[in-house]
Amino acid sequence: MFKRTNALLALLVLASLVLAACGAPVTEAPVPTEAPMTEAPATEVMGTEAPATEVAGPFVCEDEIGCVDIAPDEPVHIAYALVVSGANESLGVDSRNAIEIAIDDIGGQILGHDVRFDGEDEGCSAEGGQAAATKLAADPTIVAVIGTNCSSAARVALPLIDQAGFVMISSSNTAPDLTEPGSDNNFVPAYARVAHNDNLQGRVAAEYVYNELGLTTAATIHDGSLYADQLQQVFAARFQELGGTITAQEAVSPDQTDMSSVLSSIAAGSPEFIYFPIFMPAGAFIIRQVKQTPGIEDVPLMGADGLYSPDVIEGAAEDVEGFMVSSPANAETVEAEYAEKHQAKFGGPPPSTFHLHAYDSFMIIKNAIEAVAVEDADGTLHIGRQALRDAVHATTNHEGLTGVLTCNETVEPVKYPGDCAAAGIGIWEYHFGEFGPPTNPELIWTPE
Amino acid sequence: MLRTWRQRITLTDIVVWAIGVAIGAVIIIGTIATLRSGKYSANTWLDLTIKGLALGGVYALIAMGYTLVYGILRMINFAHSEVFMSGPFTAVFLANALSRSGFMDRQPIIGMSMVLVLSMAVSMTIAVLLERIAYRPLRNAPRLVPLITAIGASFFLQYVFRGLYGSGFQAYAIPKVLQGSITIGGLRVFNTQIAVILGAFAMMFALYAIVQWTKTGKAMRAVSEDKEAAALMGIDVDRIISLTFALGGISAGAAGILYALLFPVVNFIMGFIPGLKAFTAAVLGGIGNVPGAFLGAMILGLIESIGPNLFLDGLGVPTPSQLKDAIAFTILVFILIFRPTGILGERMAQSKA
Repeated sequence: MFKRTNALLALLVLASLVLAACGAPVTEAPVPTEAPMTEAPATEVMGTEAPATEVAGPFVCEDEIGCVDIAPDEPVHIAYALVVSGANESLGVDSRNAIEIAIDDIGGQILGHDVRFDGEDEGCSAEGGQAAATKLAADPTIVAVIGTNCSSAARVALPLIDQAGFVMISSSNTAPDLTEPGSDNNFVPAYARVAHNDNLQGRVAAEYVYNELGLTTAATIHDGSLYADQLQQVFAARFQELGGTITAQEAVSPDQTDMSSVLSSIAAGSPEFIYFPIFMPAGAFIIRQVKQTPGIEDVPLMGADGLYSPDVIEGAAEDVEGFMVSSPANAETVEAEYAEKHQAKFGGPPPSTFHLHAYDSFMIIKNAIEAVAVEDADGTLHIGRQALRDAVHATTNHEGLTGVLTCNETVEPVKYPGDCAAAGIGIWEYHFGEFGPPTNPELIWTPE
Repeated sequence: MLRTWRQRITLTDIVVWAIGVAIGAVIIIGTIATLRSGKYSANTWLDLTIKGLALGGVYALIAMGYTLVYGILRMINFAHSEVFMSGPFTAVFLANALSRSGFMDRQPIIGMSMVLVLSMAVSMTIAVLLERIAYRPLRNAPRLVPLITAIGASFFLQYVFRGLYGSGFQAYAIPKVLQGSITIGGLRVFNTQIAVILGAFAMMFALYAIVQWTKTGKAMRAVSEDKEAAALMGIDVDRIISLTFALGGISAGAAGILYALLFPVVNFIMGFIPGLKAFTAAVLGGIGNVPGAFLGAMILGLIESIGPNLFLDGLGVPTPSQLKDAIAFTILVFILIFRPTGILGERMAQSKA
């Protein structure tokens, strides 16, 4: 009796193993970073229904890494991996809202199939990114992933996403190494991003401080995260290149509250400016405690897009006055139009800064799907995974909300294949009061 | 005589002592190098000392909760960091409402007292309920059981408060009276720091007085010595244990408000790090010992504040302040190597430990 159940169990386990092996398309170890680009049509015009190719005979998947098959009554599954809870949730919720608005704007359907949109929290951390990617990778119905928000999450999520055969587009990853040619963390073409590369953001910040503010000494603080560390390095390098002096490059931990020792150490070098491209709540603690540190009470402070959020005003209260951040600067009319849609659907202004990027990420995916999907006579949709990746990277002159996007272009040292971004960076200044761009924070400078 | 000595010293002792001596050497060399480099002025050191004292005062009040409970139940109440969080996270709404209506600036003393009382009341209620619901049924269970329960209760409370007030940050409105600073001989001292140091010292003295000089305090000490004997003498042990938790909760609630004056942003996870530090302080001073908790907390606060710059800067360690927690815990190891029971902890009899 027991023997028979055991044998049955063993059989079941074996069967599930075989099935699992079939289910997940496994790529042969190293994915070529420069995949051959198929001649996918350029997808300039938004909103037009590109008819999917129809085939008469039974469909045979010829894609190197497999296809997704979507039955006539099944939805097209697009997942997110965004930070939708915890300290940085405004960033992730903002992106998610934007994607929902984008789905509404296309009428909720791609090629006659409903769009199914759900996902996982990436927690803005390596652990969170791993957990989210592991869950997503186990779902073969997913066509594409929009995420992650944080570069540290992307770094660990990408190997899993790549292995699962998905293509991932990020709305707000900015760490340079994610698209840098030859980097271990570069998973192009499984990866693309609409956000700017921090090589650009750090340079813009440094140029503003040196050329516009006329300051020549600066100190930087990072929090050990990939994003902050690389950004402050870019800033420091450009600042020194321009002729400035970096008095200290300090670090804190993300959950630190008492900044007195690091600020005393910085004050000893008496810089004229402090740059700390970190996150909440550490950012707010620094803003407040700088005002209590002898020698640097009145120096101008600047963060980066990680500190562009209502939480900064909430956390730093009256000390936020005059605090600057570098962050994407989009056309005001586009921004206003989007804000109206957001107000109507979710109530209130968009809570963070990468919503237009998230909107564009979704549109790039939608256009790529329309370009490569093959439709059977009965309405079943087949999407080749490698073909989809190539189509995303073939995006050229896409008229997005953040500007004209081209994903396969090199502009040293601020844009590499996988960097779709068009948007410029602006310098924003906070005032103590209600959060409500473009007046608070106020856009005070954009590079020529 | 010599032989017995040799027999008593094991290899472990030698290794442990070597680690201790190495830590001590790094501290001394680092301090000398930093002071000789002259990077920091005397005012910077004084400034850091004042910040360290304020931080130490807050740690001392939280540590009271750990040490009182340990003294009586011989258990570590790991949910105490959430008792600490619950008070200020609730009182922030009152503080901000009072501040918006202008009452806080017109009547700062009444306003701050209301906020303080609310915070202490919430923390006390949570502490007493915690004991009644989570710990009392397990009082005679093996010692690991309440420990695990405490960790579970800690998570439970964190997420209850997250559910109640959300996961965002709340900024504390600081009354106008406390916003300024005074300058003594070129050194700028902030009113909040003075308020925190005075408040912490006053609270500590009050707690010490209750434990040492009142009848309830005497009963607490009796229960801590021997529960059965105390019960035989007519002491209601359950009531005394509840009172102990209440006292720990009150001091945690007060500590929460003082902490919020120093770092005026609160959220549901704010208790974890200060709780851990206060526990460290209690162990450092000798857990179960009230003056010990105070001393340990002050030492820890000062080391955290001054340590990174004093010990590591001179050694050329990059970004020393990222290592401030590591320094605090290394000092704990250093002291425990030479005084395993903490600075003021006495060797406990077998029956008590």
